[in-house]
Amino acid sequence: MSEYTRFLEGSGRDFSRPQTPAERLHLDVVLLTPLLGIMTIGLFVLFSASDGDWDTVSRQIRNFVVGFGVLLVVAQIRLDTVQRWAPALYLLALILLLLIPFFGVGAKGAQRWLSLGFMRFQPSEVMKIAMPLMVAAWVVRHGLPPRPGVTVTALLIIALPAVAIATQPDLGTAILVAASGAFVVFMAGVSWWQIISGAVAALACIWPAWLFVLKDYQKQRILTLFDPEADKLGAGWNIIQSKTAIGSGGWSGKGWLQGTQSHLDFLPESQTDFIIAVLAEEWGLRGVLGLVVLYGIVVARGLWISFTAQTSYSRLLASAITLTFCVYVIVNMSMVAGILPVVGVPLPFVSFGGTSIVTLLLGFGILTAISTEKRILSR
Amino acid sequence: MARPLDSLRDTRREWMINRSRLVAALLGISLLLAILVYRYYSLQIVQHDDFLTQSDRNRIRMEVIPPTRGQIVDRKGRLLAANKPTFVIGVVRERSEDPTVLIQTLAERLSLTDRELEAFQERSERRRPFEAVPIKLGLDDAALATVAVDLHQLPGVVVDAQLTRDYPYGEALSHVLGYVGRVSAEDLQELDPERYRGTLHTGKVGLEKRYEPLLHGKPGYRHVETNAHGRVLRVLEKQSPEPGQNLRLYLDLDLQREAVAALGDQRGAVVALDPATGGVLAMVSNPSYDSNLFVEGISYADYAELRGSLDTPLLNRAVQGQYPPGSTIKPLISLGALARGFITPDTAVPDPGWFQLPGDDRRYRDWTLRVRGAGHAETVDLRLAIAESCDTYYYDLAHRMGIDTMAEALEPFGLGQRTGIDTTGEQSGILPSSRWKRAALGEPWYPGETISAGIGQGYMLATPLQLAQAAMVLANKGESFVPSVVHRVGDLTVGGLQRPAVPVADADWQAVVAGMVDVVHSASGTAAAISKDIGYQIAGKTGTSQVVSIAQDAIYDEDAISERNRNHGLFIAFAPVESPRIVVAVIAENGGGSSAASPVARRVLDAWLAEPTDV
Repeated sequence: MSEYTRFLEGSGRDFSRPQTPAERLHLDVVLLTPLLGIMTIGLFVLFSASDGDWDTVSRQIRNFVVGFGVLLVVAQIRLDTVQRWAPALYLLALILLLLIPFFGVGAKGAQRWLSLGFMRFQPSEVMKIAMPLMVAAWVVRHGLPPRPGVTVTALLIIALPAVAIATQPDLGTAILVAASGAFVVFMAGVSWWQIISGAVAALACIWPAWLFVLKDYQKQRILTLFDPEADKLGAGWNIIQSKTAIGSGGWSGKGWLQGTQSHLDFLPESQTDFIIAVLAEEWGLRGVLGLVVLYGIVVARGLWISFTAQTSYSRLLASAITLTFCVYVIVNMSMVAGILPVVGVPLPFVSFGGTSIVTLLLGFGILTAISTEKRILSR
Repeated sequence: MARPLDSLRDTRREWMINRSRLVAALLGISLLLAILVYRYYSLQIVQHDDFLTQSDRNRIRMEVIPPTRGQIVDRKGRLLAANKPTFVIGVVRERSEDPTVLIQTLAERLSLTDRELEAFQERSERRRPFEAVPIKLGLDDAALATVAVDLHQLPGVVVDAQLTRDYPYGEALSHVLGYVGRVSAEDLQELDPERYRGTLHTGKVGLEKRYEPLLHGKPGYRHVETNAHGRVLRVLEKQSPEPGQNLRLYLDLDLQREAVAALGDQRGAVVALDPATGGVLAMVSNPSYDSNLFVEGISYADYAELRGSLDTPLLNRAVQGQYPPGSTIKPLISLGALARGFITPDTAVPDPGWFQLPGDDRRYRDWTLRVRGAGHAETVDLRLAIAESCDTYYYDLAHRMGIDTMAEALEPFGLGQRTGIDTTGEQSGILPSSRWKRAALGEPWYPGETISAGIGQGYMLATPLQLAQAAMVLANKGESFVPSVVHRVGDLTVGGLQRPAVPVADADWQAVVAGMVDVVHSASGTAAAISKDIGYQIAGKTGTSQVVSIAQDAIYDEDAISERNRNHGLFIAFAPVESPRIVVAVIAENGGGSSAASPVARRVLDAWLAEPTDV
């Protein structure tokens, strides 16, 4: 270690010459190790949730591999490049989103997909990435903390795609997209009274939203939250069954592959959004806590990366990505446990499904890129 | 793009802002995670027992296994009321790709009626997720094979088997067997709901109703583990049901069908009893209906037709039809009069062809006036009076006995009271007496009424079964049994219950039966026509009962009155005389006279006596 590097604050390493293969590949081992732990647990739970279907498990493994491929590529991209291309990416995602009502293909009454002929993809997933990149680029460009005009513009940048996604309708993704943008604004240092007045304004919007915006099935989900017994076999079924699954697991669970709620098909969506209930039933509170700890390590590491990042842009991005990830976890686990309405938010790296895995790992690619950024500036 | 001004910005301030916000975020996240963990703790530890119970209740279900209903077989073991496997086709919406299309396909393939589709829609509204809703009920093997053979391969279609009552001989036995129908709310008021859980049908009339407690059996239970779709995965505990008991009848299917054929289109009834036991060998009421119509619920149109028909097909004439017995009671009165000394076998009564009460102008005509200008002969004795059914003889006898003595003499033969046969709806008939009339009509008895009672007219009514029972007493020289359709329930004999014997002196019996033999076997007997080519001796008695009373001195003209006002023809008989093996009573409603009834009896007797004795 040279004299020079010793003067770099917050650094025990020589950033000019990465020493481990992981560092050479811009990979943050502390971030990715618990992630691999979560994925491993996820595969075991998925194996049980799919009734021992190797096909499902291998498809999930493929999703992880593809996701890591994306992460590996993204990790090599310099952050200033990201910052430069953010508006373009955002605009592209926005245009694709706005095209959906005209060219979209849908399933189950919602139009979320665009077809390129050889593949289908969800522009809203692209927006999940583009949103924090764009908002961070926007606020950083005008200096922190943002002036009120900048904040308002940022909120517009957030609201436009969020509303478009919400009308697909895909409330869960809309919330995640809006949250990822809002976290940037929050981290950028918008004053507390602005945050509070914004929150009050949002609350004031609830009543008109209930009357004019929310669809019947969405209202139903919210009402169900407060009284699942009202419609036991209909809207309340999912939540009653998932709570029963979780509660019957107890401290140590019924044992792997032994969950009656999931294996006897009482639990709906047990491979996707409700998979935490399978874990809770079979592994008990022990398993839930273990998973929460792993998520906690990932989140803590994400915040640490943000804390130690070199530029404001990196810091905003890192914290927005981390907090969005955290929202995934909290919203998913809360809705399955019946403390939030059921919105379509998967449990990161445990729920089956390629799109969210790839999107999330893309975000973690950026995060690991930030983590291994060259420390060219001292504070 | 590294913005050139970046380094000139107040990076330290920006970093401070970020750092404080990071701390805020960390606090927020920690708070939310704490809430979340508390929620899971509350569900998994605090409320664990409740949820564990609920999850067990979810998957473990107690299922009732309804018992198999007892079957009914004839004396030779042929199935008269069977349990036929039928199939129910149901739809599970969640499993079908497109329920609307699926239901359309089914409607075409199964040619469902609008009514069935409506019922399906109604049932669909009250289902739970993944529950199969029946769309077509009661398909038999053949129908399933032709229309529905590959239906179960369609996603969302389930085919379930169940047992349904089947009456293979339909109309021939409907009045004896009765029928089962869907358990109704009214039924449940008298049935034990515990024993009828899972049971769809219960006996409504006839044997099915009378023997319901024995036919039904006892339900079993099983605890099963099911998945959310209600599909049974394994049985945890099981208690088998006790099947209902089988009924073995005295009834002989061949004889029954012979009696049906013998009646043909004639409205009426045939009852054949085994004099040794009182067992019902055949019991026919015509017209009839198909019991099978009622099993899954008869359609309104069909029911209205049965109910509205002037021919009252739903009436079991054998036990519910009440007719003036006419001259068929003459042998019974004779026995009573002999025993009480009103007559001897040799008592001769002058027969001018009519009878007049002292001091009354009214002439009670003898039926023979129609055939001959005068009576049978100068004087008539008992044997001739029975053989030729001389009314004058019995007018005189009735007058001398008086109504109450006559009623007393007839009562032991079972007239005016239910026989106690093991079916439903039995009527008691009427055995008139002065006391009866005062009680029933509030009027005193008039002497003239005694005269018509002497030939089984007037107030007197009897069911064909009562007449058969009386004939049984004659055949048995006074010994009598409670008529019974069922011989054995399971291994237990229930038939052959003895009634108090009627004391009959042998000489009296010989005298009366001699007359009854002459009814068939003497040239002037009223049923001489049926003696052709006969290989055994029948003791019989004809009867004709008036439907309308005929004006004084008017000669009765059959054609002049409408068919439904024609006389009923009756005939009772037993054979062979020396050791009777069968007694029979026939009524031919509006048959004109006994000649419509006696040939029916002959066919039944022939059929039965051709059977080997040891059956």
